[in-house]
Amino acid sequence: MILFGLVMSLKGPSYRLGSLMHMGPGFLPTALGVLLICLGIGIAASSLVTADGEEEDILPENREWLAWSCILASPLAFMLFGAYFGMAPGTFACVFVASMGDRDANLKNSLILSALVTVFGVALFSYILQIPMPVLTWRGL
Amino acid sequence: MIGTALTDLWYGFGVALEPHNIMWCFIGVLVGNMVGVLPGMGPLATISILLPLTFGIKPVGAILMLAGVMYGAQYGGAICSILLNLPCHPPHAVTCLDGFPMTKQGRGGAALGATVFASFVGASWGITEMIFLAPVLVRVAMEFGPAEICSLMLLGLLAGSTLARGSPVKGVAMTVLGLMLGIVGTDIETGAERFTFGMTHLDDGIELIALALGLFGIGEFMNSVNQVSTVNAKYANVTLKDMRPSREEMRRTIAPMFRGTLIGSLCSLIPGTGPTIASFVAYATEKKVSKTPEKFGTGMIEGVVCPEAATHSSIQGDFIPTMSLGIPGDAVMALLLGALMIQGIVPGPQLIKEHPDIFWGLVASFWIGNIMLVILNVPLIGVWVKLLTIPYKYLYPSAMFFCCIGVYAANNDMFQVGETAVIGFLGYVLLRLGFHPAPILLGFVLGPRFEENFRRAMLISRGDIGVFIERPISAVFIGLCVLLIGLQVYVRLRPKKPGDIVIPAAAAE
Repeated sequence: MILFGLVMSLKGPSYRLGSLMHMGPGFLPTALGVLLICLGIGIAASSLVTADGEEEDILPENREWLAWSCILASPLAFMLFGAYFGMAPGTFACVFVASMGDRDANLKNSLILSALVTVFGVALFSYILQIPMPVLTWRGL
Repeated sequence: MIGTALTDLWYGFGVALEPHNIMWCFIGVLVGNMVGVLPGMGPLATISILLPLTFGIKPVGAILMLAGVMYGAQYGGAICSILLNLPCHPPHAVTCLDGFPMTKQGRGGAALGATVFASFVGASWGITEMIFLAPVLVRVAMEFGPAEICSLMLLGLLAGSTLARGSPVKGVAMTVLGLMLGIVGTDIETGAERFTFGMTHLDDGIELIALALGLFGIGEFMNSVNQVSTVNAKYANVTLKDMRPSREEMRRTIAPMFRGTLIGSLCSLIPGTGPTIASFVAYATEKKVSKTPEKFGTGMIEGVVCPEAATHSSIQGDFIPTMSLGIPGDAVMALLLGALMIQGIVPGPQLIKEHPDIFWGLVASFWIGNIMLVILNVPLIGVWVKLLTIPYKYLYPSAMFFCCIGVYAANNDMFQVGETAVIGFLGYVLLRLGFHPAPILLGFVLGPRFEENFRRAMLISRGDIGVFIERPISAVFIGLCVLLIGLQVYVRLRPKKPGDIVIPAAAAE
């Protein structure tokens, strides 16, 4: 169930930011902030009533730390490689990092997959859809 | 009135039958059918991924394609649940109950055939409903001032967040979160920067694509990575010949099909009750009217046909409020509205009048698309079954790439790729906490318009909040909101009967 503290820490900042705004543009944010706090308290209260000491973990049964971090790292890899080296390396890095997250991923399969997606993706986006992003570039480090 | 509707429809067919529009429609239903079959990819993620690709094409083609994905996925989802007992998409969860036993008895093909037929009937009814109801709604909606629009949106938001899956309080909380996310950026009236934390990248607000892909792309991948088991395609050998139901089965199909269609269309008229609820209600009803309720779950064709007809009829019906009032009923509809807005088209009652090509083209394309889907599904069933065997480990990295490039291509801005990753992470955390992210999108799309109309209403009434109750139409909407909240509280506080719990619990899967 929802942990009281977590809910409050999620909702708390929204309130302060809302009320600090001056009245004109800040009116609705403040109102929503207050509303959200009320709802947060409501959720927390109902969780306190029903949980009854039963501490449920927010993490699922099997924790895929590697997979999660790989998936989150994948867009970052795309940003990094895409910005410095262009679209093709960015795509390759993005797919490769993401595919390494799977439990029975191996290097060879991931490389093949990344290469395929890169070729296909560059063809589709760069040549057919004309996305203004250099395919290959060197912007230094 | 019927005459004008038919003329307009004729015009719509003219638009939808233009070669490039047919092509987009076909691509849409094809992709939709594909992702419907693939476990672990939903229509939401797909539409989000395809959204950036639609910038280059005309608004009509774009909306035709995205809508095609939406209803195409429902056909595909049925294949998945009947043959493999995998409820890939929530509306099809009940189809598994009787569909898979039929497959085990070797009647899976017949179940599929009947389903395709029932889906088509359900969808056709939904479309007809749209043709005649939407213009009427628009005529009423033309009278609305800011106060009415505001309270109508409030009703739409409340209904969308409380009647959908999971706990209503959490749903409302997510909607509010979505509204707040919609506030990020430069204020439309005063130009003040809000919630940008000094980042100039956020001045234009959070990009809809970044939000949608983060929540439904990355968030979903994190949820289902290494969780999707390899598919057991033992029973999945279906050929075209198997798909013809026997005469006895045909006879048993007709009545449930129409019952399902009716239930679906009723559900679509209540905002917020989407296809999932429609299919569950349909199954329950069918079980109740059946002479042999104890046989349900052992492969009754009625239990397959009725929910499927209801699903399709309600999906088409869901387009009615979205297109005529600009109030989306669920996250997919919100996304479609977002796609229209990206194309520079303001959703609302004026949409049908100002862009008749979009509205009537869409209506006509539903029919064309549904016929395409029947054609795609009946002879090509073997291909779809083959698709089921694509492992998820190849699927999601490729989809990740589409997410990244899609977000980047929207504005040629790397910052938004990072934004998507952050949103994806938060979306996953919320999902684990039992918050369903769909209402966020609803709030996000409606948020700016809600604020605009709220302020305008306040300006007109000189800051008198009573205007919402004094104007009769607005008062009715507010009354409905109060009724809705009251009902929810009542349902919560009432001692639960066993029957009540089953449906929400199964729907939350």
